[in-house]
Amino acid sequence: MTDKKTRTLFIVPYLLWIILFVILPMLLILWYSLTDSSHHFTLNNFVQFFRNGIFLRMMLNSFWYAFLITLVTLLISYPAAYFLTRVKNSQIWLLLIILPTWINLLLKAYAFIGIFSNGGLFNQFLHLFGIGPVNFLFTDFAFIFVATYIEIPFMILPIYSAIKDINPAVVQASEDLGASRWQTFKYILWPLSWPGVESGIQAIFIPSLSLFMLTRLIGGNRVITLGTAIEEYFMTTMNWNMGATIGVVLIFLMVVVMLITGRKRRRKKVNL
Amino acid sequence: MKKIIWSIICVLLACAGLGYLSYRLQKPSVEAKKQNLIIYNWGDYLDPNLITKFEKQTGYHVVYETFDSNEAMYTKIKQGGTAYDITVPSDYMVSKMKKAHLLDKIDRDKIPNLKYIGTSFLKKSFDPNNDYSIPYFWGTLGIVYNDKYIKKGSITSWNDLWRKKYRRQILLIDSARDAMGLSLASMGYSMNSTNNLKLKLAQTKLNGLGNNIKAIIADEMKMYMIQNEAAIGVTWSGEAHEMMESNSHLHYVIPKPASNLWFDNLVIPKTAKNKKAAYEFINFMLEPENAAQNAKYIGYATPNTAAQKLLPKKTRNDRQFYPSAKTLSHLQVYQDLGNKVTQEYNDLFLEFKMYAR
Amino acid sequence: MKSKHFVAKFYLIFVLVVLYVPIFYLIYFSFSSGRNMNKFEHFTWMHYQTLFQDNRLLAIFLETILLALLSSLIATIVGTLGAIAIAGLQKKWQQKTLLALNNVLIVSPDVIIGASFLIFFTALGIGLNFGSVLLSHIAFSIPIVVLMVLPRLKELDYSLIDAARDLGANNYQVFSNVMIPALMPGIFAGMFMALTYSLDDFGVTFFVTGNGFSTLSVEIYSRARQGIDLEINALSTVMFLFVLLLVGIYYFITTRKGRKGRKMVGGLIK
Repeated sequence: MTDKKTRTLFIVPYLLWIILFVILPMLLILWYSLTDSSHHFTLNNFVQFFRNGIFLRMMLNSFWYAFLITLVTLLISYPAAYFLTRVKNSQIWLLLIILPTWINLLLKAYAFIGIFSNGGLFNQFLHLFGIGPVNFLFTDFAFIFVATYIEIPFMILPIYSAIKDINPAVVQASEDLGASRWQTFKYILWPLSWPGVESGIQAIFIPSLSLFMLTRLIGGNRVITLGTAIEEYFMTTMNWNMGATIGVVLIFLMVVVMLITGRKRRRKKVNL
Repeated sequence: MKKIIWSIICVLLACAGLGYLSYRLQKPSVEAKKQNLIIYNWGDYLDPNLITKFEKQTGYHVVYETFDSNEAMYTKIKQGGTAYDITVPSDYMVSKMKKAHLLDKIDRDKIPNLKYIGTSFLKKSFDPNNDYSIPYFWGTLGIVYNDKYIKKGSITSWNDLWRKKYRRQILLIDSARDAMGLSLASMGYSMNSTNNLKLKLAQTKLNGLGNNIKAIIADEMKMYMIQNEAAIGVTWSGEAHEMMESNSHLHYVIPKPASNLWFDNLVIPKTAKNKKAAYEFINFMLEPENAAQNAKYIGYATPNTAAQKLLPKKTRNDRQFYPSAKTLSHLQVYQDLGNKVTQEYNDLFLEFKMYAR
Repeated sequence: MKSKHFVAKFYLIFVLVVLYVPIFYLIYFSFSSGRNMNKFEHFTWMHYQTLFQDNRLLAIFLETILLALLSSLIATIVGTLGAIAIAGLQKKWQQKTLLALNNVLIVSPDVIIGASFLIFFTALGIGLNFGSVLLSHIAFSIPIVVLMVLPRLKELDYSLIDAARDLGANNYQVFSNVMIPALMPGIFAGMFMALTYSLDDFGVTFFVTGNGFSTLSVEIYSRARQGIDLEINALSTVMFLFVLLLVGIYYFITTRKGRKGRKMVGGLIK
């Protein structure tokens, strides 16, 4: 390859980036969590976080919502991913599923303000059955629905590629050996597609813990996740120390989740 | 390699083109000639016809720029590089700007029309001698309700909000000062309390309201109330007025026992380039005829007593927006509480939001 | 077997309908003369007229694209060089450490990145404006580029490089005539991804923007907070067409590049 000198030249901007934008910000956030507003060292922020029931309650709530969002997304996405491997022209289907992820997230959230309103699409639909109008906006249902809506493609893709990688002969063999559909699913499909499910969960659970603009637009600030709390502490109340503390807790939880679900995988955008 | 360098150059050229285009798009508004009067105001907070009239009368060219929060305006002016001749901060922001030395002292002799402002609107705590600010509009904090869902007249005090039957029906304004303030007021405390214990009590009481809250939002409340999306909204009188114009089912009350009285004020920033025009403009706006026209257009309450007389009787006697002297005496103006206490208000309110579900 | 296919298609169509309804709902009402998204009044181009006369929004639109192009370009250069350097490291632990650090920004949630950058810029006294947003976008795009380029480097046929050297090529020639062309699909994919990350970002930008600079996402957020405004609906139609165009261009370029390109598209889908 190229010689040593050029290589050092190559790595300088990259290393500079790592130091300035990866290591330093993380240290700074840790530093802020360990100081008070006059820059004196203190553990008080963490003590307050774990002692004041409000924070723990908020954290548990945040976990519960992230769990629900991940679960619902998985339930909808798994069959979709499975069917994707079974239809003709799966590339085109896939493209159609990916395309909405390209539309700006904010626009999609904004659309739901209209859809969920008293005279919106949802209530017009219910009206056909003589129900309603039901208040959807600012309910837990609305929040989870929209979050799920946004995450579905990110769950379908990893599962799809995991299922696609399963040798069809294995499934065939299990069917030939007289396994029922349920058995084939339970003993063959599910375990073999587990890596895909895992990276899907990883790609959704952590961001769901930190959703912050949906909680405002769709949740009406009634659902406060860890992310919302951080955003509020940084941008509204300007109490950066407490915000950084919650941030450190979130980073810690993230590491735990990653250790549980195993290998690191690419998150978020799975492009064309 | 050549190809790559070419594509990099292409991308850079495209960037330059985009940058130039966006610069051109924004440019016309920044143009600052001598005969310009640059007004930095809230969106839609001045009758455009009055601008035309002022331009015709004086020959100045008016440039109208807008902001959407006191804080945004403050940051922009503090950061410098601007040449606004007039801006419109609210009460507590006047004292904050004054403390930051951003405001030019007003020479009252140059504003003879000041005499039309009612004395009850002058010499308020945020600017005791009106050295820096001239009241522009004023209003209150109160409750809007929809008579489709709530019997007319059944809400008269802050404490009514806590009724069990209003579960998930209230839209609350997303503002620490107002939310904590209403809770303080409902217990008979001052809305400017700095006592830690009182603030904690107010937060605890506010937590009890959690179940009745549908959402904690800001500007979009107008839209939701107009669309009958919620039964009750806690908001400012000006916003309420706009809602009521679009939906006749809505009513506004100033709750007992006390509420907030706010003022938006005309001020001249230190960085102003055309102070002469600024004075002429302030004087022009205080002309009773003009003040009345502006009040009719915007729908907020004017502090100009001479202008009030020119308004239709129905508006003038509307106790929702021109409260009686007795009600007025119960209202409190927010004071700038300093950074530390403001922080405490904010933190307590945020903790309430985390709890509010 | 037939019925199974039917179920599969039916379910997929159901998912697609759910995914597309909100988008078309927005587009549909952009042609309504009403004031909300409840009832379609009359057909009108009115909101498009407002949109194209809204200088502020147009300027933001252009600046968002400018930001995406510039940040992805710089990120691609830094990232590609970084990837080459990482691949050249002899010691395994060095590679592993760098890769682990590389992935930090990919797995971190937006709020964390945004908040920590905000602290970072304030600590360094860098003002919040176009510059801070540009730096942040470059920062979170670099690791993606590295991840897209690295696999290419691993597949690189080193005998080619040796051959080039034997034929008397100097370092620069090896780099520009052998390595870069071989890495091109990865570099291109990386840049494209960086571009879409930047165009789509809200979380990080929201924290580090200021002084009147705003990107489309942040602007839409602040407008959505005012309530429904059908001008945003018109904007979403424009954005939808823009996305279709972008995807079209991407496919055009990757398929025109010939057989090699097709492999890359496949790789990206995975």
